[in-house]
Amino acid sequence: MRGNLPTEGTDMEPITVFSSQTVLLPRADVDTDQIIPARFLTTTSREGLGDALFADWRYDGDGASNAKFILNQPESKGAQVLVAGRNFGCGSSREHAPWALADYGFRAVISTEIADIFRSNSLKNGLLPIVVSAAFHEQLLAEPCVVEVSLETRTVRLVDGPHADASETFEIDDFSRYCLMRGTDQLGFLLDRVDAISAFEAQRDDTAPA
Amino acid sequence: MAKTLFEKVWASHVVTPETAETPTVLYIDLHLIHEVTSPQAFTVLRERGLPVRRVDRTLATMDHSTPTTPVRKLADIDVVGPSAAAQIRQMQKNCAEFGIPLRDFDSDERGIVHIIGPELGATQPGKTIVCGDSHTSTHGAFGALAFGIGTTEVGHVLATQCLLQRRPKTMAVEVSGALPEGVTAKDLILAIIGRTGVDGGTGHVIEYRGDAVRALDMAGRMTVCNMSIEAGARAGMIAPDDTTFEYLAGRKLAPQGAAFDAAVTGWRELATDSGAAFDTTVHIDAGALSPMVTFGTNPGMVVGINAPLPEAPSDGSWDRALEYMQLEAGKPIAGTPVDVVFVGSCTNARLPDLEATARVLEGRRVAQGVRMLVVPGSQAVKAEAEARGLHRIFEAAGAEWRESGCSMCLGMNGDTVAAGKLAVSTSNRNFEGRQGVGARTVLASPATAAASAVAGRIADARQLAH
Repeated sequence: MRGNLPTEGTDMEPITVFSSQTVLLPRADVDTDQIIPARFLTTTSREGLGDALFADWRYDGDGASNAKFILNQPESKGAQVLVAGRNFGCGSSREHAPWALADYGFRAVISTEIADIFRSNSLKNGLLPIVVSAAFHEQLLAEPCVVEVSLETRTVRLVDGPHADASETFEIDDFSRYCLMRGTDQLGFLLDRVDAISAFEAQRDDTAPA
Repeated sequence: MAKTLFEKVWASHVVTPETAETPTVLYIDLHLIHEVTSPQAFTVLRERGLPVRRVDRTLATMDHSTPTTPVRKLADIDVVGPSAAAQIRQMQKNCAEFGIPLRDFDSDERGIVHIIGPELGATQPGKTIVCGDSHTSTHGAFGALAFGIGTTEVGHVLATQCLLQRRPKTMAVEVSGALPEGVTAKDLILAIIGRTGVDGGTGHVIEYRGDAVRALDMAGRMTVCNMSIEAGARAGMIAPDDTTFEYLAGRKLAPQGAAFDAAVTGWRELATDSGAAFDTTVHIDAGALSPMVTFGTNPGMVVGINAPLPEAPSDGSWDRALEYMQLEAGKPIAGTPVDVVFVGSCTNARLPDLEATARVLEGRRVAQGVRMLVVPGSQAVKAEAEARGLHRIFEAAGAEWRESGCSMCLGMNGDTVAAGKLAVSTSNRNFEGRQGVGARTVLASPATAAASAVAGRIADARQLAH
C-alpha cells in the first residue's frame, strides 16, 4: 500500500486505540445547524469553534451555561466519545460541525446512522464516525461509561457499566482508516495523481467557461 | 449493460477507478465557491504554496452572509456585522490573489450560487458539479451529478479539480400521474421527503422519474432536486430532455450554435436505459397530493395543508419538536397564526416562484402584523422581476423587496426571525433555530407562503377569498 498512499503530515492527532468516557445524546436527527448554528459560520478560520459547539442547547439566551444540557454536566468533562441518536449530522455540509466537535475534544461519534457529508467531513478531521447496530447502540445508551475505541481492530468495546465487555466491530474504508491512523490528510494522494488528472483533461473536450 | 443516468455521468468522470484500498479519483467539471465554506481551503493552498488548478472551472460568488439591502459603496457591506463583512472582504481578497473571477457586488451576475450556475448556463447535463454547500443537489435538475462537499474537499478541488469518492447507491423516485391544479414542485418534494424520511436517501443518489417529473419546468425540477439532501441524499438527478435544452439554449456559458446542437445530441444519451436497475425504488402518486407544509423541526415532518397533524408516535420522539413548534398532534395546522413570511432561497427564488407569489398577492394586502420578505435568488432574477413589474405588486401588498442572497433561509446576514415567532418560508430547512434563535419555521411553496401572508394564518392559496 505504501508509495500509493499519502505521506504528508498535518496537525491531526493520529487515532489508533484510545479509551474515553462517553457522552450520551440519544436524540435522533441532530442536524449540523444544532451542532454549530449558522451565525458562527462567519469565521475565516477553523480554530476555536469548540466554544460554539451545540451553542443553542449549551447556553441560555443570555449566554450563561445551561446546566441541564449533557455537555455541561460534570461527568461529561473530558469525554472524547459522543454516542448520538440515529442520523447524526444531517443537513448542511458545513465542515464547521466536525471542526467544532474535534476542537471541543471529541475523537469519535457513534450512532446507528451518520449523515453522508458529515461523515465524509469527520473522516478528514480526526473525528472517527462509527456506525453500530441498534442492539449495540442500546447498550451504549444504557448509561455513560468508558469505551475503548480501536481503529487498529475496528472495534468498540464497553470497558465498564452494565454491559461491560460488550463489543462490536465497525466498518470503515481502508483509505480513510490509513489516513486517520497516521494523522495524514488526503490532498497529498490527489497531488500525486496529477499526471493521471492531466491525461484525463487532455482526452476530454476541455472548454468549460465558468 | 443497461445503465442509469447517474452511472453514465459517474463513469465518464473516473480518472482512476477505486480499488479495495483506495477510492475513485473523480474529475469535477464545475466548482462553485462562496464566501462561507471556502476561506479555510484557500488558507491550505497558501500554506502549501499551491495554485488553483482550473480557475476556468471555478465559479465564484457571494450569497450567504451578504446584505439584502443595496450595496452601493464598500461600507454598505458592514450592515451584516463585522465578522460577516470580514468574510466577504476575505472572499474578494482570495479570488483576486488566486485569479478567480468573482461575481461581486458590482456584477449583475451575482446571486445565490445554485441560482446563477443554471442561469448562466454553466450548469449542464452530464457534468460533475460540486460546491461547499449541501444544496448543490439543485444542479441535478439538468442531469448533472451535483453534490455538496466540505471545506477540506473544496481545497482538494481547488488544487486538483478532483475528489476522492466511493460510489454511492442509486434510488429511483417514480412519480406517476399529474400534480393537481394548485399543487407545485415544492409540495411534491415535501411529500417525497415525508415518505422517505430525512434519512431515507442516505448513501444514495436519487433519480426523480415519471410523468409528473417530466411535466415540471426547470424551476420546478430545481426545487425538487434542491431538497434531495433533506431526504438524506447527497445528489438528486433528472434526465435531461427538451425542457432542459430549451432552458439552456442561448445562455451565456452554454455551448453556442452548432456546438450546442452537438452537445444536445450527447445529452440525449444520458437518460437511464430501459432495464437499468436501482438499488431502491419509491413510488409516489402525484394525483393524490395536496399543498404540503412542515409541522416539526425536520423536513420529513410533513402534512397536507388541510389535514390534521398526524398522531404522535408513542415513543415520544415528536414531543420536543411539537413543543418547540407550539403545535399539537391531531389538530389542523391551517389557521395557525403567522408572524413572518419569507419567499426566497435556492429552493424557491427563481422567476416562476416570484410570479406564483405575485399571482396570490396581486390586489391583496399582507395581513396586519405580518412581516413579509421577498428575496430574489439572483440579481438577474431581480432585474427580470422588476421588468415585469412584480416588485410593485409585492410593495403594494406591503412586502419588502430585497437584493438577492440566501437571507432569511439561514439568517447569516442578519435577516432573522425573532425567538418564538412563526415563519412560513419557501426555504428548505425547518431545524430549530435555523432562521434565528428560537424561530419556528413552517416550510411551504411560494403560493402557500403568499396566501398565509395575506390571511395572517397558515392558509391554502386555493381557498383564498377573491
